[in-house]
Amino acid sequence: MSIAIVQFGGSNCDLDVLHVLRDVVGVDAELVWYKEEDLDRFDGIVIPGGFSYGDYLRAGAIAARTPVMNSVRKQVQDGKPVIGICNGFQVLTESGLLDGALTTNNYPKFRCEPTYLRVETTDTPFTSAFRRGDVLRIPIAHMEGNFYADEPTLARVEDNGQVAFRYVDKNGRVTDEANPNGSQENIAGIVNMQRNVLGMMPHPERASEDVLGSADGLKVFRSMVDYISSR
Amino acid sequence: MLYQAEVTIELKAGMLDPEGTTIKRALEHLGYETDNVRTAKKYTISLQAGNIHEARENVEEMCQKLIANPIIHNYEISLREME
Repeated sequence: MSIAIVQFGGSNCDLDVLHVLRDVVGVDAELVWYKEEDLDRFDGIVIPGGFSYGDYLRAGAIAARTPVMNSVRKQVQDGKPVIGICNGFQVLTESGLLDGALTTNNYPKFRCEPTYLRVETTDTPFTSAFRRGDVLRIPIAHMEGNFYADEPTLARVEDNGQVAFRYVDKNGRVTDEANPNGSQENIAGIVNMQRNVLGMMPHPERASEDVLGSADGLKVFRSMVDYISSR
Repeated sequence: MLYQAEVTIELKAGMLDPEGTTIKRALEHLGYETDNVRTAKKYTISLQAGNIHEARENVEEMCQKLIANPIIHNYEISLREME
Protein backbone atom coordinates (compact mmCIF):
# COMPACT_ATOMS: atom_id res chain seq x y z
CA MET A 1 0.00 0.00 0.00
CA SER A 2 1.28 3.46 -0.82
CA ILE A 3 -0.27 6.89 -0.28
CA ALA A 4 0.62 9.96 -2.34
CA ILE A 5 1.01 13.37 -0.70
CA VAL A 6 0.66 16.05 -3.35
CA GLN A 7 3.05 19.02 -3.19
CA PHE A 8 2.34 22.37 -4.82
CA GLY A 9 4.53 25.44 -4.66
CA GLY A 10 3.58 26.78 -1.22
CA SER A 11 2.37 23.54 0.38
CA ASN A 12 3.69 23.47 3.94
CA CYS A 13 1.96 20.64 5.80
CA ASP A 14 3.23 18.00 3.38
CA LEU A 15 6.08 16.82 5.61
CA ASP A 16 3.83 16.67 8.68
CA VAL A 17 1.45 14.34 6.83
CA LEU A 18 4.40 12.29 5.55
CA HIS A 19 5.68 11.91 9.12
CA VAL A 20 2.31 10.83 10.48
CA LEU A 21 1.70 8.29 7.71
CA ARG A 22 5.19 6.79 7.76
CA ASP A 23 6.23 7.03 11.39
CA VAL A 24 2.95 6.97 13.32
CA VAL A 25 0.52 5.00 11.16
CA GLY A 26 3.34 2.96 9.62
CA VAL A 27 2.39 2.90 5.94
CA ASP A 28 4.35 3.69 2.82
CA ALA A 29 3.84 7.28 1.68
CA GLU A 30 5.51 9.41 -0.94
CA LEU A 31 5.64 13.10 -1.84
CA VAL A 32 4.43 13.81 -5.37
CA TRP A 33 5.13 17.05 -7.26
CA TYR A 34 2.22 18.90 -8.89
CA LYS A 35 3.54 18.13 -12.39
CA GLU A 36 3.03 14.38 -11.90
CA GLU A 37 0.41 13.15 -14.33
CA ASP A 38 0.08 9.54 -13.25
CA LEU A 39 -0.96 8.54 -9.73
CA ASP A 40 -2.16 5.04 -10.70
CA ARG A 41 0.51 3.40 -8.52
CA PHE A 42 -0.97 4.88 -5.34
CA ASP A 43 -3.87 3.56 -3.28
CA GLY A 44 -4.87 6.85 -1.72
CA ILE A 45 -4.04 10.55 -1.89
CA VAL A 46 -3.60 13.37 0.61
CA ILE A 47 -3.70 17.00 -0.49
CA PRO A 48 -2.01 18.77 2.41
CA GLY A 49 -2.38 22.26 3.82
CA GLY A 50 -0.36 25.35 3.08
CA PHE A 51 -0.61 28.39 0.87
CA SER A 52 -0.36 26.95 -2.60
CA TYR A 53 0.64 29.64 -5.10
CA GLY A 54 0.47 32.23 -2.34
CA ASP A 55 -3.33 31.95 -2.22
CA TYR A 56 -3.26 34.16 -5.34
CA LEU A 57 -6.63 34.63 -7.07
CA ARG A 58 -8.45 32.52 -4.44
CA ALA A 59 -7.14 29.98 -1.96
CA GLY A 60 -6.64 26.73 -3.85
CA ALA A 61 -7.76 28.11 -7.22
CA ILE A 62 -4.47 27.76 -9.06
CA ALA A 63 -3.50 24.42 -7.51
CA ALA A 64 -6.89 23.06 -8.60
CA ARG A 65 -5.89 23.58 -12.26
CA THR A 66 -2.46 21.90 -12.14
CA PRO A 67 -1.66 18.69 -14.08
CA VAL A 68 -1.66 16.46 -11.00
CA MET A 69 -5.32 17.27 -10.38
CA ASN A 70 -6.35 15.51 -13.60
CA SER A 71 -4.90 12.35 -12.19
CA VAL A 72 -6.46 12.99 -8.76
CA ARG A 73 -9.80 13.20 -10.57
CA LYS A 74 -9.14 9.85 -12.24
CA GLN A 75 -8.23 8.19 -8.92
CA VAL A 76 -11.44 9.55 -7.41
CA GLN A 77 -13.41 7.96 -10.25
CA ASP A 78 -11.60 4.70 -9.54
CA GLY A 79 -12.91 4.86 -5.98
CA LYS A 80 -9.63 5.56 -4.23
CA PRO A 81 -9.82 7.62 -1.02
CA VAL A 82 -8.64 11.24 -1.21
CA ILE A 83 -8.30 13.65 1.72
CA GLY A 84 -7.83 17.39 1.36
CA ILE A 85 -6.78 19.17 4.53
CA CYS A 86 -7.19 22.95 4.93
CA ASN A 87 -5.71 24.34 1.70
CA GLY A 88 -6.27 20.82 0.34
CA PHE A 89 -10.01 21.20 1.08
CA GLN A 90 -9.95 24.53 -0.77
CA VAL A 91 -8.22 22.84 -3.72
CA LEU A 92 -10.91 20.12 -3.79
CA THR A 93 -13.82 22.60 -3.79
CA GLU A 94 -12.08 24.73 -6.43
CA SER A 95 -11.60 21.66 -8.61
CA GLY A 96 -15.26 20.72 -8.25
CA LEU A 97 -14.48 17.40 -6.54
CA LEU A 98 -16.32 18.64 -3.45
CA ASP A 99 -19.40 20.83 -3.11
CA GLY A 100 -19.43 24.45 -2.05
CA ALA A 101 -16.70 27.01 -1.57
CA LEU A 102 -14.47 28.18 1.28
CA THR A 103 -14.73 31.92 1.68
CA THR A 104 -13.12 34.46 4.01
CA ASN A 105 -13.79 33.86 7.71
CA ASN A 106 -16.75 35.90 8.93
CA TYR A 107 -14.32 37.76 11.17
CA PRO A 108 -11.66 38.26 8.51
CA LYS A 109 -8.64 37.13 10.42
CA PHE A 110 -6.24 34.19 10.25
CA ARG A 111 -7.34 31.87 13.06
CA CYS A 112 -4.89 29.34 14.44
CA GLU A 113 -6.27 27.54 17.51
CA PRO A 114 -7.65 24.25 18.79
CA THR A 115 -11.26 23.50 17.85
CA TYR A 116 -13.68 20.79 18.90
CA LEU A 117 -15.25 18.69 16.16
CA ARG A 118 -18.12 16.26 16.32
CA VAL A 119 -18.04 13.18 14.12
CA GLU A 120 -21.31 13.30 12.16
CA THR A 121 -21.02 10.05 10.24
CA THR A 122 -18.85 6.97 10.43
CA ASP A 123 -19.99 5.88 6.99
CA THR A 124 -16.93 7.21 5.17
CA PRO A 125 -13.46 5.77 4.51
CA PHE A 126 -12.05 8.49 6.78
CA THR A 127 -14.26 8.25 9.86
CA SER A 128 -14.97 4.53 10.21
CA ALA A 129 -12.63 4.18 13.22
CA PHE A 130 -14.65 6.77 15.19
CA ARG A 131 -18.03 6.49 16.83
CA ARG A 132 -20.80 8.82 15.72
CA GLY A 133 -20.93 11.78 18.09
CA ASP A 134 -17.28 11.49 19.18
CA VAL A 135 -15.89 14.92 20.07
CA LEU A 136 -12.36 15.51 18.81
CA ARG A 137 -9.87 18.25 19.59
CA ILE A 138 -8.09 19.22 16.37
CA PRO A 139 -6.56 22.60 15.51
CA ILE A 140 -7.44 24.92 12.66
CA ALA A 141 -5.13 27.42 10.91
CA HIS A 142 -6.82 29.37 8.15
CA MET A 143 -8.34 32.61 6.95
CA GLU A 144 -10.62 31.18 4.26
CA GLY A 145 -12.51 28.40 5.97
CA ASN A 146 -16.04 29.73 5.88
CA PHE A 147 -17.95 26.94 4.15
CA TYR A 148 -20.63 28.18 1.77
CA ALA A 149 -22.97 26.32 -0.58
CA ASP A 150 -26.20 27.50 -2.18
CA GLU A 151 -29.42 26.30 -0.57
CA PRO A 152 -30.18 23.25 -2.75
CA THR A 153 -26.58 22.07 -2.50
CA LEU A 154 -26.46 22.53 1.25
CA ALA A 155 -29.75 20.66 1.64
CA ARG A 156 -28.43 17.76 -0.45
CA VAL A 157 -25.15 17.65 1.50
CA GLU A 158 -27.09 17.49 4.77
CA ASP A 159 -29.72 15.01 3.54
CA ASN A 160 -27.12 12.60 2.17
CA GLY A 161 -25.14 12.65 5.38
CA GLN A 162 -22.17 14.17 3.58
CA VAL A 163 -21.17 16.29 6.58
CA ALA A 164 -18.28 14.46 8.23
CA PHE A 165 -17.38 16.95 10.98
CA ARG A 166 -19.04 19.94 12.62
CA TYR A 167 -17.51 22.57 14.91
CA VAL A 168 -18.94 22.13 18.40
CA ASP A 169 -18.17 23.16 21.95
CA LYS A 170 -16.29 20.74 24.15
CA ASN A 171 -19.56 19.12 25.20
CA GLY A 172 -20.43 18.38 21.59
CA ARG A 173 -23.07 21.08 21.14
CA VAL A 174 -23.34 23.01 17.88
CA THR A 175 -23.17 26.69 18.91
CA ASP A 176 -22.32 29.96 17.21
CA GLU A 177 -19.45 30.49 19.67
CA ALA A 178 -17.91 27.17 18.64
CA ASN A 179 -17.98 28.17 14.97
CA PRO A 180 -14.57 29.73 14.26
CA ASN A 181 -15.25 31.07 10.78
CA GLY A 182 -18.96 31.43 10.05
CA SER A 183 -19.35 28.14 8.16
CA GLN A 184 -22.95 27.25 7.33
CA GLU A 185 -24.33 24.74 9.85
CA ASN A 186 -20.91 24.73 11.59
CA ILE A 187 -19.55 22.52 8.81
CA ALA A 188 -15.87 21.65 9.27
CA GLY A 189 -15.59 18.77 6.82
CA ILE A 190 -17.63 17.11 4.07
CA VAL A 191 -17.41 14.13 1.74
CA ASN A 192 -18.54 13.84 -1.87
CA MET A 193 -21.63 11.88 -2.96
CA GLN A 194 -19.56 8.71 -3.51
CA ARG A 195 -18.01 9.29 -0.05
CA ASN A 196 -14.41 8.64 -1.15
CA VAL A 197 -13.30 12.30 -1.06
CA LEU A 198 -13.04 14.15 2.26
CA GLY A 199 -12.26 17.83 2.71
CA MET A 200 -11.71 19.26 6.18
CA MET A 201 -10.39 22.60 7.41
CA PRO A 202 -8.94 21.34 10.74
CA HIS A 203 -5.54 19.65 10.64
CA PRO A 204 -5.67 16.00 11.79
CA GLU A 205 -1.92 15.64 11.14
CA ARG A 206 -1.30 18.25 13.84
CA ALA A 207 -3.26 16.15 16.31
CA SER A 208 -1.95 12.66 15.66
CA GLU A 209 0.45 12.16 18.58
CA ASP A 210 -0.03 12.68 22.33
CA VAL A 211 3.11 14.81 22.45
CA LEU A 212 1.25 17.38 20.31
CA GLY A 213 -1.54 17.68 22.87
CA SER A 214 -4.04 15.51 21.03
CA ALA A 215 -3.97 12.32 19.02
CA ASP A 216 -7.62 12.59 18.02
CA GLY A 217 -6.81 13.14 14.34
CA LEU A 218 -4.90 9.90 13.96
CA LYS A 219 -8.07 7.88 13.40
CA VAL A 220 -8.75 9.84 10.21
CA PHE A 221 -5.59 8.36 8.70
CA ARG A 222 -6.12 4.96 10.32
CA SER A 223 -9.64 4.79 8.90
CA MET A 224 -8.29 5.61 5.44
CA VAL A 225 -5.63 2.90 5.69
CA ASP A 226 -8.20 0.34 6.93
CA TYR A 227 -10.40 1.22 3.98
CA ILE A 228 -7.54 0.74 1.52
CA SER A 229 -6.66 -2.62 3.11
CA SER A 230 -10.23 -3.81 2.74
CA ARG A 231 -10.67 -2.77 -0.91
CA MET B 1 -6.15 43.03 -33.11
CA LEU B 2 -5.15 43.89 -29.58
CA TYR B 3 -7.93 44.14 -27.02
CA GLN B 4 -8.00 45.07 -23.40
CA ALA B 5 -10.52 43.49 -21.09
CA GLU B 6 -11.40 44.71 -17.66
CA VAL B 7 -12.89 41.91 -15.61
CA THR B 8 -14.64 42.80 -12.37
CA ILE B 9 -15.31 39.96 -9.94
CA GLU B 10 -17.62 40.44 -7.00
CA LEU B 11 -19.33 38.29 -4.43
CA LYS B 12 -22.93 37.43 -5.28
CA ALA B 13 -25.57 39.58 -3.63
CA GLY B 14 -26.41 38.39 -0.15
CA MET B 15 -23.03 36.78 0.40
CA LEU B 16 -21.08 37.92 3.41
CA ASP B 17 -18.28 40.34 2.51
CA PRO B 18 -16.17 40.54 5.70
CA GLU B 19 -13.64 42.87 4.08
CA GLY B 20 -16.40 45.27 3.04
CA THR B 21 -17.90 45.16 6.54
CA THR B 22 -14.52 45.97 8.08
CA ILE B 23 -14.04 48.91 5.71
CA LYS B 24 -17.55 50.15 6.51
CA ARG B 25 -16.66 50.11 10.23
CA ALA B 26 -13.39 51.95 9.60
CA LEU B 27 -15.27 54.59 7.62
CA GLU B 28 -17.61 55.04 10.60
CA HIS B 29 -14.57 55.72 12.80
CA LEU B 30 -13.70 58.52 10.38
CA GLY B 31 -17.21 59.93 10.64
CA TYR B 32 -18.61 58.61 7.35
CA GLU B 33 -21.99 56.92 7.52
CA THR B 34 -22.54 54.42 4.71
CA ASP B 35 -25.39 52.01 4.04
CA ASN B 36 -23.14 49.29 2.72
CA VAL B 37 -19.59 48.69 1.45
CA ARG B 38 -18.90 45.82 -0.94
CA THR B 39 -15.48 44.87 -2.31
CA ALA B 40 -14.64 43.72 -5.83
CA LYS B 41 -11.50 42.72 -7.69
CA LYS B 42 -10.54 44.03 -11.09
CA TYR B 43 -8.28 42.25 -13.56
CA THR B 44 -6.91 43.93 -16.66
CA ILE B 45 -6.21 41.45 -19.44
CA SER B 46 -4.63 42.31 -22.78
CA LEU B 47 -5.11 39.79 -25.54
CA GLN B 48 -4.97 39.32 -29.29
CA ALA B 49 -8.14 38.25 -31.10
CA GLY B 50 -9.62 38.36 -34.63
CA ASN B 51 -12.49 40.60 -33.55
CA ILE B 52 -14.20 41.88 -30.44
CA HIS B 53 -16.67 38.95 -30.28
CA GLU B 54 -13.84 36.46 -30.29
CA ALA B 55 -12.05 38.46 -27.60
CA ARG B 56 -15.19 38.47 -25.45
CA GLU B 57 -15.67 34.73 -25.92
CA ASN B 58 -12.07 34.09 -24.82
CA VAL B 59 -12.34 36.26 -21.73
CA GLU B 60 -15.73 34.76 -20.88
CA GLU B 61 -14.12 31.31 -20.96
CA MET B 62 -11.22 32.50 -18.78
CA CYS B 63 -13.72 33.75 -16.21
CA GLN B 64 -15.63 30.49 -16.16
CA LYS B 65 -12.55 28.28 -16.01
CA LEU B 66 -10.38 30.20 -13.57
CA ILE B 67 -10.85 33.85 -12.75
CA ALA B 68 -14.27 33.61 -11.10
CA ASN B 69 -15.74 30.91 -8.90
CA PRO B 70 -19.33 30.60 -10.18
CA ILE B 71 -20.50 29.32 -6.78
CA ILE B 72 -19.77 32.62 -5.05
CA HIS B 73 -19.01 35.22 -7.72
CA ASN B 74 -20.63 37.36 -10.37
CA TYR B 75 -18.40 38.86 -13.01
CA GLU B 76 -18.59 41.62 -15.55
CA ILE B 77 -16.42 42.08 -18.62
CA SER B 78 -15.79 45.35 -20.39
CA LEU B 79 -13.74 45.26 -23.56
CA ARG B 80 -12.07 47.82 -25.75
CA GLU B 81 -9.90 47.77 -28.80
CA MET B 82 -6.35 49.02 -28.33
CA GLU B 83 -4.24 51.00 -30.79
